[in-house]
This record gives sequence, C-alpha cells and structure tokens, in this order.
Amino acid sequence: MSDTAEVKTLVIDGQEVSAVRGQTILEVARENDIQIPTLCHLEGLTDVGACRLCVVEIKGSNKLFPACVTSIYEGMEVSTNSERLQKHRRMILELLFTERNHICSVCVANGHCELQSLAQDLGLTHVRLPYRNPELTIDASHERFTADHNRCILCTRCVRVCAEVEGAHVWDVMGRGINSMIITDLHENWGESTCTRCGKCVQVCPTGALYDKGKIGSDHPKYPDFLPYLNLMREAR
Amino acid sequence: MSKLKLATAWLDGCSGCHMSFLDMDERLLELAEFVDLVYSPLVDLKDFPDQVDITLVEGAVASVDDEAKIKKIRAHTKMLIAIGDCAITGNVPSMRNPIGPEPILDRAYIENATLQPQIPCVVVPKLLKVVRPVHEFVEVDVFLPGCPPSADTFHTALTAIISGEPLDIPALTRFGA
Repeated sequence: MSDTAEVKTLVIDGQEVSAVRGQTILEVARENDIQIPTLCHLEGLTDVGACRLCVVEIKGSNKLFPACVTSIYEGMEVSTNSERLQKHRRMILELLFTERNHICSVCVANGHCELQSLAQDLGLTHVRLPYRNPELTIDASHERFTADHNRCILCTRCVRVCAEVEGAHVWDVMGRGINSMIITDLHENWGESTCTRCGKCVQVCPTGALYDKGKIGSDHPKYPDFLPYLNLMREAR
Repeated sequence: MSKLKLATAWLDGCSGCHMSFLDMDERLLELAEFVDLVYSPLVDLKDFPDQVDITLVEGAVASVDDEAKIKKIRAHTKMLIAIGDCAITGNVPSMRNPIGPEPILDRAYIENATLQPQIPCVVVPKLLKVVRPVHEFVEVDVFLPGCPPSADTFHTALTAIISGEPLDIPALTRFGA
C-alpha cells in the first residue's frame, strides 16, 4: 500500500486496526474500544494537546506522543497503557492537584469531576509532591455562573467551546506556564464581559472551575454530550 | 493468635472520620475479636503507647502540637494508616494556606470579637504557617481517602489489613468521597 492511500493499517496495543488518513491515534483507539484517558479532549472541539493525559508510546521512538494531536501512519505500532505511561499519567494528575487548590470535599463538582474520577481510575490515593497553595480569585460577577480559579486545570475547553461552537470567543488564556489564567474578554469580570450566557463553557468544564449558580451544592452533574449532538445537527442543516 | 494493638489519632480534622469508623456499628464487635483499641479519642488514655501495630490517623498537620504528635505516633507504630482527605491532602484545614494563619486568627478572635478581642496563646498550640498532609512529615503505609471514608470502606480495608489480604483502595473510595 502506498503512502498516499486513504486507508492505513496500524497496531494499537497488539490489535491490528485500520484507519483513515488524517485521523489521530485517539480517534482510532476510541473507534476500536481502546481506552486512553483524556482531560482537555472533548468530542466536538479542536484538540490542543494541553493536558498530556493521553500520551502514548510509538515503536521506534523514546518520546511520548499526545494521542489526541498525533496523526496515524501506515505500519505505526502504538502502546497506550504501559507501566511507564501509567506512571507519567499519575504524575501529571499529581501535578494538577498540587498546582491549584482542589479541595474535592467542598467542591460543587464532587462526584462529577473528571479530574477526581481519573485520579481514582489511575489508582491515585495521595499526592507525593508538596501543594503550592496559590491565592486565587473566584469570579462570581456573572448573574448565572461562577468561575472558581482554584479548580481550573487550564484544559481550555471553555475557551474552545466559546470560540468554536458559540462563536463568541469570550474566554481566553492570559499569562504563561504555571501563571496562566483563564480570562473573560480582556481580563474583565465575567459579569461585565461580552458573554452570551449560553452556558456551554460550564457544561464542558471537567472540574468545578465553572459552575451554575443555580446548582450550588455537592451534586452538580455536567452534560458535555450536547456538543457532538449540536455539531451533528448543524452539519445536517 | 494474640490480638493486634490498634490506635486511632485525631489531628486537625472534624472527627468525621472517627464518626464514620463508629458507623461500622456491630461490625466493631467482630473487629474487636482481632484488635485491642489501645489509644484513641474514644478511650481515656493520655500518652501514646510504646508499641502499636496499626494506627489510624485522622486530620492534617496544622499546629506544632500535631507535628510532635504525628512524629511520636510514627516512632511507636508498625503500620500507619492516613484516613480521610485531611490527613491525605490537607483538605478543609488547608483552605487557610493561601491566606496564612495570622489573618485567619485576626478574623476569628479580633475582628469578629465583641468582648475581649485577643488571640489565644496559652495552652493552645501555635499554628504552623501552612497545613500539610501527614505524609509530608512522616512515612505513611496506607492511604484511605474520603471525606470521610465510609464505614464500609473502613471495614473492608481494616479486615483486609488485619488478615493480610490484598487491598484495592481506589475500588473502595476516592478524594472527597
């Protein structure tokens, strides 16, 4: 089969699979029921490889590759769940927990949080690194929603859903590295921003960073599944 | 088989973990066939015993007193089990960390006091600058997260530990559970 062929065959975790040129490792893995953990990825949004939870090994390279933004190629051999990968994923989660103030027991997303669930899935019972305890703000200026920066993992799902699906691009990222912050407009209060009040960002937020004021309490499920459905309906028009 | 010596300790926490421990109800009697409770907020003994097999520690390390206590406990315990999110992550007590102890004490004892505003300094131990989990001070053998871990979690975990069977903690509980 030549390189320009549309259909590629590759091996993921010892399983021979076929894929279409241009697909990512994550897409192909999920199509074949091979589970790779993710946080920043969400079906319906552009992938940015921000969280690095989906790292995989590719035969022939010592580097780790983010499955969500790595395209497949003919004959590729991928390993998605080795000891080494599990170790790195646990470390990434530990770093996320130490970076901000994630107090699960008093979080509105307790029990419905993707960070918390992943920690449980990957067997994290404690964090080996010292907590940073940064002093962060809570923006409750919006009439319907709250942004608690203590809970933010900088996945940028809110930024992408607002720009790509709602088309408002109210959310953005300010600063670099550990000092990055999610902001509304040019760092104005959410309540005084150009927010359209659609609430998509709240539904796609994987943690308790963005939440609905009407649902304060310990039971705050989110419904990000609307996104692929919404995209499907738009494409059908 | 001689009974194992079990201790429980309470650092900076709300006692919820101890309440949950008591929620094992009649299963406590079953447990008592294998262990003797030698030290606990539930028994009236002032000093930590010399030789303890298993100690369950609730609460974060928040004061100089907590720090001294946990070091003594570790020195006299074969297996140290951190129970609950306060002991494991700092949890609610650690919410003062970004602010620091002084403004918190000021708020509680000066700003909000109408009579004799003063920060207590006699008998009460001095607060540490930051609240930290137990394993940042001493080695911890088993981590049992949850706020609090449920009675079932306690029962399954303790039964497995006492009988030396394997224990799958993430299948039982999680942070904030």
